Amino acid sequence: MAETPVIIKEHHFQQIKTVLARLCVESAARVVFLVDRDGQPIAFHGDIGDMDTTSFSSLAAGNVAATSSMAKLIGEDVFPSVVHEGERESIFISVIGRSLLVVVFDERSTLGLVKLRTKKASHEVASILEEVAHESANRSFDESSFFAEITDEDIDSLFS
Amino acid sequence: MTFINYASREINCKIVYYGPGLCGKTTNLQYIYDSTAPQAKGKLISLATETDRTLFFDFMPLELGTVRGFKTRFHLYTVPGQVYYDASRKLILKGVDGVVFVADSQEERMDANIESLYNLEENLQTQGFDLMKIPYVLQLNKRDLPNVIPVDELSAELQKKGEPVYEAVATNGEGVFDTLKAVAKQVLTELRKG
Repeated sequence: MAETPVIIKEHHFQQIKTVLARLCVESAARVVFLVDRDGQPIAFHGDIGDMDTTSFSSLAAGNVAATSSMAKLIGEDVFPSVVHEGERESIFISVIGRSLLVVVFDERSTLGLVKLRTKKASHEVASILEEVAHESANRSFDESSFFAEITDEDIDSLFS
Repeated sequence: MTFINYASREINCKIVYYGPGLCGKTTNLQYIYDSTAPQAKGKLISLATETDRTLFFDFMPLELGTVRGFKTRFHLYTVPGQVYYDASRKLILKGVDGVVFVADSQEERMDANIESLYNLEENLQTQGFDLMKIPYVLQLNKRDLPNVIPVDELSAELQKKGEPVYEAVATNGEGVFDTLKAVAKQVLTELRKG
């Protein structure tokens, strides 16, 4: 059996977006993402230009998965953050439970500032995600019945 | 793990193509990518070696349409098939919603199929999944080659739980969408069960 689905409600999504928006401004970042550790994009704020955010999320998750496994091989439990410094653009990834806070920044910011601001935002995101996990695990009758109402015809119509 | 976002009205699911080296996992994804309308797909990302063997994974997002007002998006992944990339295979199975096992129908690849299937069961277990309970489809690929094992013999050897079995020639797309449809349907049916 697959795992319980994660259900993000409108109010949680808005709370997450608010935290990301503030982090983006306070850390002078170009864009900030929240990504699930399995590679699903959850939310972002900032200038994405023509960036493929779905691929970016999947690769960020793959990146953290690989470095976490490397950590275990050298006797570390996990690398709580991962940094990639480029000539112009850099990436800072902070691991929050089963999610990743990813900050993309350029020369207008510094790694120190990004780390500092991300730490605060991580706590806020963690508590929102805890609520999301709790509510997902205790799906209300309305939500359960909504999915139960999906018919074979609904599913077949996706492939017609 | 299925992700349901009420704000953006999206359902996101993860499907992994598994199987021995050179069985055609990437070819399945490549065919889906090539024959899907641009607006329904994202980029096909391949983390491959210089000789085009999958090093970490291939990935493509595919939007199928809407169910009850929710956009359904499937994230399709392949694993590296070569035996020594087992650590990577384990990582890619994290949060999986459905698995396609791509078997190579050629006689000389039978042992590799069995070994890979055993490896899938084991790696699913380490991620907390049970192959017997997860949405799962078996694809018998390369049916166009001369030295293939008959379908019933191959199914008898590889079928685990009465899962749907599809014959395929991934290079020309035969059976590729039937396989995808079968696993996607199982994933959505699972979601319905709650």
